[in-house]
Amino acid sequence: MLFLADFSVIKPDPGLLIWTTVIFGLFWFLMSRFAFKPIAESLKKRESDIQYSLDEAKRVREEMANLQAENEKLLQQAREERTQMLKEAKEAAEEYRAEKKALADQEYRRKVESALQDIENQKLAAMVALQNQAGQLAVEIAEKVLRKELADKSAQEAYAKNLAESIKLN
Amino acid sequence: MTAIRKYWIALIFSGLSLAAFAQHDHEHHPQQTGDQHEQPNQTDHAQTAAAAGGAHGDCGHPIDEVKEGEFNAGETAIHHIADANAVHIFGNLYLHLPCILYAPGHGWTLTTTSAFHPHHHGNGEVSKKGYVLVHGNVMRIKDPAFAAGEYNIEGYTHKEIEKDGKTKTIYSALINGECKELDPKSTLDGGIMGGGITSFYDYSITRNVFTMILTALLLFFLFRVAATTAMRREGQAPKGLQNFLEPFYTFIRDDVARPAIGPKYEKYMPFLLSVFFFILGLNLIGQIPFFPGSANVTGNISVTIVLALITFVIMLLSSNKHFWEHTLWMPGIPPVLKILILTPVEILGLFLRPFTLLLRLFANITAGHIVILCFVGLIFIFGKAGTSVGGSITGVLAAIPLSLFMMALELLVAFLQAFIFTMLSATYFGMALEEPHHDHH
Repeated sequence: MLFLADFSVIKPDPGLLIWTTVIFGLFWFLMSRFAFKPIAESLKKRESDIQYSLDEAKRVREEMANLQAENEKLLQQAREERTQMLKEAKEAAEEYRAEKKALADQEYRRKVESALQDIENQKLAAMVALQNQAGQLAVEIAEKVLRKELADKSAQEAYAKNLAESIKLN
Repeated sequence: MTAIRKYWIALIFSGLSLAAFAQHDHEHHPQQTGDQHEQPNQTDHAQTAAAAGGAHGDCGHPIDEVKEGEFNAGETAIHHIADANAVHIFGNLYLHLPCILYAPGHGWTLTTTSAFHPHHHGNGEVSKKGYVLVHGNVMRIKDPAFAAGEYNIEGYTHKEIEKDGKTKTIYSALINGECKELDPKSTLDGGIMGGGITSFYDYSITRNVFTMILTALLLFFLFRVAATTAMRREGQAPKGLQNFLEPFYTFIRDDVARPAIGPKYEKYMPFLLSVFFFILGLNLIGQIPFFPGSANVTGNISVTIVLALITFVIMLLSSNKHFWEHTLWMPGIPPVLKILILTPVEILGLFLRPFTLLLRLFANITAGHIVILCFVGLIFIFGKAGTSVGGSITGVLAAIPLSLFMMALELLVAFLQAFIFTMLSATYFGMALEEPHHDHH
C-alpha cells in the first residue's frame, strides 16, 4: 500500500518540470551553438573535401589517360615522321647522288671533249709545226741541192724553169 | 587474454558496486540489527511516538521502525528511485543542495538542506519556517503555528489512511511530544497518482536537477573539446574525442534524421542530437551505482514530460497543410465515417504520440532501476535484514550474477531508449513535414 503512495516519480513535479525545461533549453542552445555547429561544419567540409579529392583524383586519372593516349599518338606520329624523313632523306640522297653523277659525267664528257679538242689542237699545231719544219727542211735541202746543182749556170736556169712549172701545177 | 582480463575487471567492478549498494542500505537501517550501536535518540523517539499516539489519537509508526529480520525491497527501491532534496553520498555524508520553497501566503523560503540538520535517512532534526526534511525530502508542517522559526523535531511517524477509496500515507513530525501532520510538496497529477496541490511548492535544486546540470556540463565539455579539435585541425584527419563523438553525430544524421525527416532534416539536427545525448547521458550516469550517479532522472515523469512536450511543440510548429488535412479531414473517405471514427481517432493519436513517448522512456528507466535495486535487495531478504550472515552470503551469490546481467541489459536499454526517443521524434517531424504524394487521390 505504501508502494503507490510513495511512487513519486510518476507525479509531475512543477519544480522539476521548470528546471528540466530551463536546463534542457540551455543545453540545446549551447550545444547547437558551440558544439554541434562547428562539428557539423567540419564534417560537411571534410565530406566535401573528400568528395572533391575523389573527383579530382578521377579527373587527374582521366587526364593522365588522355595524356598517355596523346603521347602514344604523338609517338606514333613521330615514328611515322621519322620513317617519312628517312625515306625522304634517302630519296634526296639518291637524287643528289644521281645529280652529282650526271654532273660528273657531264664534266667528264666535257673534259674528254676538251682533251680531244686539245689533242686536235695540238695535232693541228704539231702538223703545222711539222709542216713548217718539213718546209724548212725541204727548203734547206732544196737550198743545199740547189746550191750543189746550181753550181753551174745552166743547171740553175733549168731548175728554175722546172720549179716554175711545178708551182704552176700546184 | 586481454578479453578475459576485461571480464574480470567488469566482474570485480560490479561486485564493488554491489558492495557500495549494500553499504548504502546498511547505513540506512542501523536499527534493523539489534546488536548494532543503538541510537538512544531514535528509540526515545519511537517510544515518544507510541506515547503520543496513545495520548493524541493515532500518529502511526515511527518512519524507520522496521521489525527485526524484515526487509521491504519494494519500499527501498521506490525510495531510491525517487527525487530528493539532499544527495546522500555515504554514511551520514550528504551533498546539501539549495532549497527554493514557496508556500502561498507565506512567501518564498531560500535555504539549503543543511539547515534541517539531516542525520540518519536524511531526516532533519530541526524545522525551518515550517519546513522539515523527511527521507531527504522537504515537507511542510500543516499547523500554521510552526510557520516561522525553528523547532526541534523529535521524530517522524507515518500512517496509512483510506480516503476516497485510496490509500494515502500521512507523515507527521513529533514536536514537543505532539505529532504534527506534514504536507508533501505540490504535484500536478490532480490527485490521480496520490499527489495534488498542497500548502507549498518545491522549486529546489534537487538530486535530479543536480544530476541534470552535471550531465549537461559534462556533455557540453566533451562536445566542446571535440568541436575545438575539429576547428583547430581543419583539413586534417579526426583525432581523439572528436573521432569518438563524430560517429554518434553521423549516426543520428544518416540513420535517424535524414531517412525520417527527409531533405529538411538539417534544421532538426541540433534538437535531435541534444535530446539523444541528454537522455543517453542521464541514462548512463543513472547507471553508476554511487555518487554522483544513480539518480533516476529519465525515469522521472516530469523530465520525460518536458522532453516529449518540446518534441510535440516542434512537431506542431513544423506541420504543414497536408498534415492537418490528413489528420482532421482525410480525403477520399465518406464524411460520416470521418466525423464518427477517423477524425476523433486521428486527434486522439496526435496526443497519444507525445504521451507514449514520455511514458516509454519513463517506464523503461524506472523499471530498470527497480529491478536492479530489488536484486541487490536479495542480499537483505536472504540475510533477514542483516541478522543471518549465511543468508547474506547466499544473497550476495544470487545478487551478483543477476545484477550483473541486469546492469548489462540496462546499458543496452540506456542506448536503446535514447535512440527510440530520438528516432520517434524525428519520425513525428517527418510526418508533420510530409508533402502530398501524387498517387494519393
